[in-house]
Amino acid sequence: MPEFVLTVARFGFLILLWIFVFTVVGVIRRDLFAGVRSKNIVASPRGVGGAVTQGRPAKVKRGKAARQLVVTAGQLAGTRITLGDLPITIGRAEDSTLVITDDFASARHARIVPRDGQWFVEDLGSTNGTYLDRGKVSGPTPVPLGVPIRIGRTSLELRP
Amino acid sequence: MKTHRNAELGLLAFAMILVAIYAATVEANQFNTIHPTFWIPAALLLTLFIGLHFVVRFTAPYADPVLLPAVALINGLGVSFLRRLDIARAIANKKPTPGWFEGTSGHQLEWTLAALILAAVLLLVVRDHKVVSRYAYTLGLVGIVLVMVPAVLPSSLSEVNGAKLWIKLGAFSIQPGEFAKLALVSFFAYYLVRKREVLSLASRRFLGIDFPRGRDLGPVVTVWLLSLLVLVFEKDLGTALLYFGLFVVTLYVATERASWLIIGLVLFFGGVYVAYLLGAAVGGPFQNFYDRASIWLDPFAQANYNKPIGGSYQLVQGLLALGTGGLFGSGPGAGSPGLVPAVRTDFIFAGMGEEIGLFGLSALLVCYLLIVERGLRAALNVRDSFGKLVAGGLAFTLGLQVFVILGGITGLIPLTGQTTPFLSAGGSSLMANWLLVAMLLRISNAARGPANSGGSSDRPGGGPKKQPTQLHGAPTEVFKP
Repeated sequence: MPEFVLTVARFGFLILLWIFVFTVVGVIRRDLFAGVRSKNIVASPRGVGGAVTQGRPAKVKRGKAARQLVVTAGQLAGTRITLGDLPITIGRAEDSTLVITDDFASARHARIVPRDGQWFVEDLGSTNGTYLDRGKVSGPTPVPLGVPIRIGRTSLELRP
Repeated sequence: MKTHRNAELGLLAFAMILVAIYAATVEANQFNTIHPTFWIPAALLLTLFIGLHFVVRFTAPYADPVLLPAVALINGLGVSFLRRLDIARAIANKKPTPGWFEGTSGHQLEWTLAALILAAVLLLVVRDHKVVSRYAYTLGLVGIVLVMVPAVLPSSLSEVNGAKLWIKLGAFSIQPGEFAKLALVSFFAYYLVRKREVLSLASRRFLGIDFPRGRDLGPVVTVWLLSLLVLVFEKDLGTALLYFGLFVVTLYVATERASWLIIGLVLFFGGVYVAYLLGAAVGGPFQNFYDRASIWLDPFAQANYNKPIGGSYQLVQGLLALGTGGLFGSGPGAGSPGLVPAVRTDFIFAGMGEEIGLFGLSALLVCYLLIVERGLRAALNVRDSFGKLVAGGLAFTLGLQVFVILGGITGLIPLTGQTTPFLSAGGSSLMANWLLVAMLLRISNAARGPANSGGSSDRPGGGPKKQPTQLHGAPTEVFKP
């Protein structure tokens, strides 16, 4: 084997090794920013109420539908839930969609339900109450994007 | 929601191409020619990994796409490096080139197959990671038994190179501690989910940091004592550090209290220092640790180097190998890793470092880092606290193990015989770490999947219905905040 081939193989392997590492990082990067780029994908609730026309709900602020529920404060801060077309239950019970271990939360505290392309928050008879921004939630209340839902020390927001 | 499964498949193929190139370079350096069959181990591995990929595709479709390829690359390079050692030994002994399933690398290939089957079984059986919490106490007991068995067995059945970490049955030996990690993480996670309120609320403020009350220190002190017993009776600092670090970090993740880390570090370093002083003064069970520490303090001292048993010879050879490799290494197959003792197991990183250099080693380290990062990311995103603690604990264990062994062979901390995950020859380590990865895949699937479809709901009606496990039913005391 000529020396030249060995040298090429030696450095080529190292270069390819690093290309692999950067490809992996690239996949992670695409993954992280997936939500930012795909603004055209509207994961609006389907088949609820039958009033959704052409997949784009009418009431949604700035023409964007909520795609994610993000926990902005509390022990679960940073958690994201991709919204589907099913209700999200929040509470300390382990079978809730979002299990929060907040001392001021009840076992079945609140739920967030999609209806006619809008998400509604509903208190499930919790001890300490659910707040939408500053106001206490008494019945099903529509949740605008980016407005915090407060449960004990935990805050949640709908994000596009 | 995109699943990125095709990205995973592509990365797997890329990783195995790298393994094939490594094998070709080894043959070029060792035989001065490249046999047309050089790609066979890489192709075999690719087949195995694609098998697991399809299991992931059907049972955990939203799982993290980079975990599997990164682990596959490390595992594949490990097999290839072991094959390179087998080839060198065959040439030195003027024997024919070993077959694909002969020698250490052949066994490693078989162990990889076994480990991948185990990982696939775990993914198939555990459709929802919360199910594991139902067996938490059983797993805790199993973990403690696995840790303790080598300590109580006679040395002839459990001791290898001064560390009592093994169960030897004839030609067969297993390292139960590797599996104990997994069981203990699950148990700690369950225990801490139940107790986190008590541990995180009651506190006394001191120097601006919230410290827990004295009586809440019970569990951490218990685990500390247990890990010190491991240090004394199994004569292994690395394992002790692994279990204790695992517990302290799970505690920290559960309570978000930096004070636990401070308490943990103080307890551990205090304990280790006392063990060192005791080793110097009375010897006995502390002697082994004292020897290791004095080697670490001055590996190049004549007295340490010339000691026939337990000397610094292997550490020095490892350091020299790394130094010979330099920045770019001598090229795969062109070094002489045969000069490093235990190069197949503990010192595999030193042996590889000579040939792929700092650039290659740091690429491998970044791969480990990415695996750990993806594990922690799964822990951040998963929606139940048990899953968070399990994923965080497992990812941290993997990182800590890499730190302990690499710190050991580079002289950063006293050397202890840990395996390098996925790289070292040995079935126990490979199987346990693949199970760990399978668990991380399972949890990342729950973390990244759309709401309400994590776990078993991809087969409605099929499989046992998940019982809502009462993790938060534990009575809590009331404290003033």
